[in-house]
Amino acid sequence: MLEIRNLHATVDGNEILRGINLTINKGEIHAIMGPNGSGKSTLAKILAGHPAYEVTGGEVSYEGQNLLELEPDARAREGVFLAFQYPVEIPGVSNAQFLRLAYNEKRKHLGEEELDPLEFKDLLAERAKVVEMEPSLMSRSVNEGFSGGEKKRNEILQMAVLEPKLAVLDETDSGLDIDALRIVADGVNKLRTAENAIILVTHYQRLLNYIVPDFVHVLYRGRIVRSGGKELALELEEKGYDWIKDESEAAPAGAARA
Amino acid sequence: MIAPALKEKSAYRALFESTHTNGNSAPSWVEELRENALERFDELGFPTVDQEDWKYTNVASIAKNTFTFATGRRDIAAELAPFIYAEAKSSRLVFVNGVYRADFSSIASLPAGVVVVNLREAFSGEHAETLRGYLARSRAEDEDAFTALNTAFLGDGAFLLVPKGVRVDAPVHLLFLADAAGEKPIAFPRVLIVAERGSEATVIESYAAIDESVYFTDAVTEIFVGEGARLVHYKVQRESERAFHIAQTHADLGRDSVFDSTTITLGAQLSRHGINVQLDHPGVECHVDGLYLVGDGQHADTHSIIDHRQPHCASRQNYKGILDGKSRAVFNGRVFVRRDAQKTDAVQSNKNLLLSNEARVDTKPQLEIFADDVKCAHGATVGQLEEEELFYLASRGLHPELARNLLTYGFAEELIEKIKIESIKTQLDEAILNRLNARLEA
Repeated sequence: MLEIRNLHATVDGNEILRGINLTINKGEIHAIMGPNGSGKSTLAKILAGHPAYEVTGGEVSYEGQNLLELEPDARAREGVFLAFQYPVEIPGVSNAQFLRLAYNEKRKHLGEEELDPLEFKDLLAERAKVVEMEPSLMSRSVNEGFSGGEKKRNEILQMAVLEPKLAVLDETDSGLDIDALRIVADGVNKLRTAENAIILVTHYQRLLNYIVPDFVHVLYRGRIVRSGGKELALELEEKGYDWIKDESEAAPAGAARA
Repeated sequence: MIAPALKEKSAYRALFESTHTNGNSAPSWVEELRENALERFDELGFPTVDQEDWKYTNVASIAKNTFTFATGRRDIAAELAPFIYAEAKSSRLVFVNGVYRADFSSIASLPAGVVVVNLREAFSGEHAETLRGYLARSRAEDEDAFTALNTAFLGDGAFLLVPKGVRVDAPVHLLFLADAAGEKPIAFPRVLIVAERGSEATVIESYAAIDESVYFTDAVTEIFVGEGARLVHYKVQRESERAFHIAQTHADLGRDSVFDSTTITLGAQLSRHGINVQLDHPGVECHVDGLYLVGDGQHADTHSIIDHRQPHCASRQNYKGILDGKSRAVFNGRVFVRRDAQKTDAVQSNKNLLLSNEARVDTKPQLEIFADDVKCAHGATVGQLEEEELFYLASRGLHPELARNLLTYGFAEELIEKIKIESIKTQLDEAILNRLNARLEA
């Protein structure tokens, strides 16, 4: 589904990604872990097409297309979804309006008929159950005045409505208490199918107790320095990131195991 | 410099004299008002950019143009639909090129005792004395050339009198329509609203055009809200984008009254709205809100005065501007809190959204406080759409144009939301979202 080859990227002239290689197949969940500043969020934003990040080398192929050539909105309609680390507030636009617009943009793209407000209301009520979202939050402005947990749940609700093929969850666990974490994780698990793929970007192993990944990759200084199964996350939890740092600094550049 | 000014003045003097050969006779007190106002206009002349209050708005293009009274009187019944509000289908007066059209007007649904008539008809007759007591009482023509010019041509207009304790449920719609039909017409709409003690009413003043032509609207509205009365006032300006629109609203608010005004500015190549709200009695609550939405080639100026003269009054002013293309807006809002106006609670805000790099806004909120026990705040902002918000919407599959429109709509939403007349809301939705509007009802 997704093939990243030797991806290099900069933001404000600073090189953040220095040769990422990653292959993701449908039905898989990949966790990308790493210390702060390793480039995890940059990778997530580049996949979604954030304009502040410049790709300076490498390729990203998604469902046989050159992903990097697509505008952010086109990527989304093709099934790429980014759950934001810091969801944006949109004053004056209700959650329900926004979700219906996004949903209908996708329907149109697929050549399907748009849903009118009433039809969409039913769909939304059903999808909201996935993240135990209160109906009152649907008529409020997008993310405005939402608590941290509500914002993250709202991201997963959007994922539930848009049903992406590739979902990138950028630190969706950060700032969540244990109950909210469980709700969000349950939601993501319910949305997992054999046809989609999920990338979990996280600093902590905690989330991975709830959403069990097939693969874990450790990002350090813009490269994947180690990949493994779910047990790698536990090892990191136990030993911390210093172990990876020491090891990767000892190894010659580009010699990452993948 | 002097010669063209003289020419303008004589042009309006000639226009003035021509009206008197056309059966424009009126009671002597009206004649006197007209004569004095014309004299005052002659003294004042059109304002120039050398005057502080007109620094950013150059009306030379009005002064140099030659406007005349429309000569035609077409039957435009079939073209009225887009200008009519369903909520006021039998509570409206229609004026075309400033002239009252009984054939398009209907006041069937108003309660007994409520007076909604063509101003000219009220000069004499049973309400003449009441009218006389209020008309031109604001004396705005002394200072303002455009008000003086309007008063000089006092004739057709709307007189609304809501008697003591009467509640009018249906909004009263005053439609001022331009139908240039190849001419360059001038119109002097005049509105006088008197809401007596304990009464309640909603008035919509709207200005629109049959086609995109050049004409000049010089409008004056005077509002008197009696003790404990509530008046909701909408001014919807969607003139032709080639038109000139200068309007002055004056509101005098009685003890414990409530005045809620919303001014929507969408049209005209050059528009200026002066709104002067006098809180000269205690316990008044007023909202003085506005939304201006201008595009390429448009200039919209708002000058407002909210004058707290007595204690225990609250004023809220929320003006928002959306500017696209090569457009320009001016907001100059003055809030006075006089020495006796203790316990005043005043908040003033002007926020602007620039959608293009060529748009420009000059905003100047001013608070002048002479009392010591008051709660006042004011602020102004000028900004653009946030990149991060645009990216967020794009990341959900929204096309860039839809994302822009949605954020723009969101910016204006709080003002749209407060409008109680669905038809006006729909109009605004369309103006902001144009063809995308249908996809937003959720």
